[in-house]
Amino acid sequence: MQEFIQQLVNGLSLGAIYALIALGYTMVYGIIKLINFAHGDVMMVGAFVGFFSITLLGANIAVAMLLAMTACALLGIIIEKVAYRPLRNSTRIASLITAIGVSFLLEYLTIFFIGPNQKVFPATAFAVKAYDIAGLSILNKDVFVFVSAVALMLVLQYIIKYTKTGKAMRAVSLDMEAAVLMGISVDKTISMTFAIGSALAAAAGVMVGVYYGTINPLMGIIPGLKAFVAAVLGGIGIIPGAMVGGFVIGLLETIVSGYGNSLYRDAVSFGVLILILLIKPTGLFGKDTGEKV
Amino acid sequence: MQTKRIKWTQILLETALLVVLFSLIQYGISTRMLSQYYQINLTSMCINIILAVSLSLINGFTGQLSLGHAGFMAVGAYAAVIMTTKLDYPFLAALVGAALAAGMAGFVIGVPTLRLKGDYLAIATLALGEIIRVVLQNIDYVNGPAGISGIPKLTTWAWLFGGVVLTLIVVVNLVNSSYGRAIISVREDEIAAELMGINTTKYKVLAFVIGAGFAGLAGALYGHYFYIIKPETFNFMKSFDILVMVVLGGLGSTTGAVIAAIFITILTAALQPFPEIRMILYALILIIVMIYRPQGLMGNKEFSRQTLGRIWGGRK
Repeated sequence: MQEFIQQLVNGLSLGAIYALIALGYTMVYGIIKLINFAHGDVMMVGAFVGFFSITLLGANIAVAMLLAMTACALLGIIIEKVAYRPLRNSTRIASLITAIGVSFLLEYLTIFFIGPNQKVFPATAFAVKAYDIAGLSILNKDVFVFVSAVALMLVLQYIIKYTKTGKAMRAVSLDMEAAVLMGISVDKTISMTFAIGSALAAAAGVMVGVYYGTINPLMGIIPGLKAFVAAVLGGIGIIPGAMVGGFVIGLLETIVSGYGNSLYRDAVSFGVLILILLIKPTGLFGKDTGEKV
Repeated sequence: MQTKRIKWTQILLETALLVVLFSLIQYGISTRMLSQYYQINLTSMCINIILAVSLSLINGFTGQLSLGHAGFMAVGAYAAVIMTTKLDYPFLAALVGAALAAGMAGFVIGVPTLRLKGDYLAIATLALGEIIRVVLQNIDYVNGPAGISGIPKLTTWAWLFGGVVLTLIVVVNLVNSSYGRAIISVREDEIAAELMGINTTKYKVLAFVIGAGFAGLAGALYGHYFYIIKPETFNFMKSFDILVMVVLGGLGSTTGAVIAAIFITILTAALQPFPEIRMILYALILIIVMIYRPQGLMGNKEFSRQTLGRIWGGRK
């Protein structure tokens, strides 16, 4: 039992990271019905911006995270403007293929400029300590990841529920044409959605750096896919669903690698995806809307 | 499109052309006029053509975006290599076995997942491709992540040429048959096709299984040329490579897929020393083609007897 609770504690921080990335997926999908394949790679860029702000500018972890979030918010806006906006009225397959292209472009541009080797996230920015609480060993990095992720999710909830931008985002995702008629600038709202989603991914990227200790240009692929699984699990397009899905995938994965074969860890989350798609493609929180002809 | 009766002389002429092409290259190989380097690239080219044409059947003609093609290639490669190295079957039997095994995998995967639409299907096939890879990594019988090495080099030019011709004949004839029209109608409008009484699931699965089978054939040819197969070879990147060829060639054009496969193979060979630049170029090709020419190089046009006739005859 003790060990099980320990696994749960370990899984919570990983789940928080997945949840943050999943939020970006779900927000973008909710608004333009596009699986933004490049989202995991935006997270990678965030991790590198964080890394360089610590090593080159000597920033502390909080400043590094803020810089990463700002840089990636801009990156998200640019990606949307250049790659996705021209395709907004074409088929979904076309935008999906473009998203795959953007994803590879980000990865290999990073490799081209920074090199393919992994970098050790500087320990000076975050000294890892272990605390012993009620027989559980709790690392301060787990607490840091969990607390900052939850804080960011609360901020997001506030933005979406109570600000004008949030209201516009909800309106556009509900009905784009009606939103235009109500005087909402759809382009601006979509840009904003990409900015917020990418900023969350960047924060997650810095957290991955702290959590695993190393970063590399291809680090975004697998967490990106898993976060996507989390978004689908919770019901894609539904924000609380993404949070719950992220935690579920994180916990599941830690439990599988804690008790079973860690080689199967990656297969498990994909297995969950297949099951969800087959049993309830709308996800845990989704409503079945039926098909319009 | 009106159906003209194909003249026997035409078929004979085209067969003769194929035989000449085959013999010329065979002559070049046996007299060592074509160096090892060209032979390797020629092999990749043939394998890529089979892969691109088979994926274009699924992605282009049926309109079902599959991102797990490398998984079927892996199934075929492993099935064939096990048959030749561990069970001592002849190569032909191994090729047939590979195609059957991959086709079966396609059936098992296709029946449940093809109910999904568009991007969900893409993700499901991507996940299944990765699951195939992870499972292969965990099977000790095939040496896990290390893979099988020391595979006899049984793939010759004759097998490759035969493989390409067979793939093209099957896919082109399928697309031009009543089955093909049903398959294309699924791509154009699934709901309308269903209303016309077409069993859309049946045709989607059919295209998926045939595409997977040829991917398996390509995998078998690959394994018996390059001495070694390991699960890592057949990861998402490989599926992505094939997707670039299909998208560049034009979704829904077999000749487009062939041309793009040849072009991409040459590009890959030329950029061998700079792998990052190759990937950056691939990514840019995907984005730019999708934005400016979403129908690809050939669109859904084919370079066919009619096209030749038009050029020759000077009529529209």
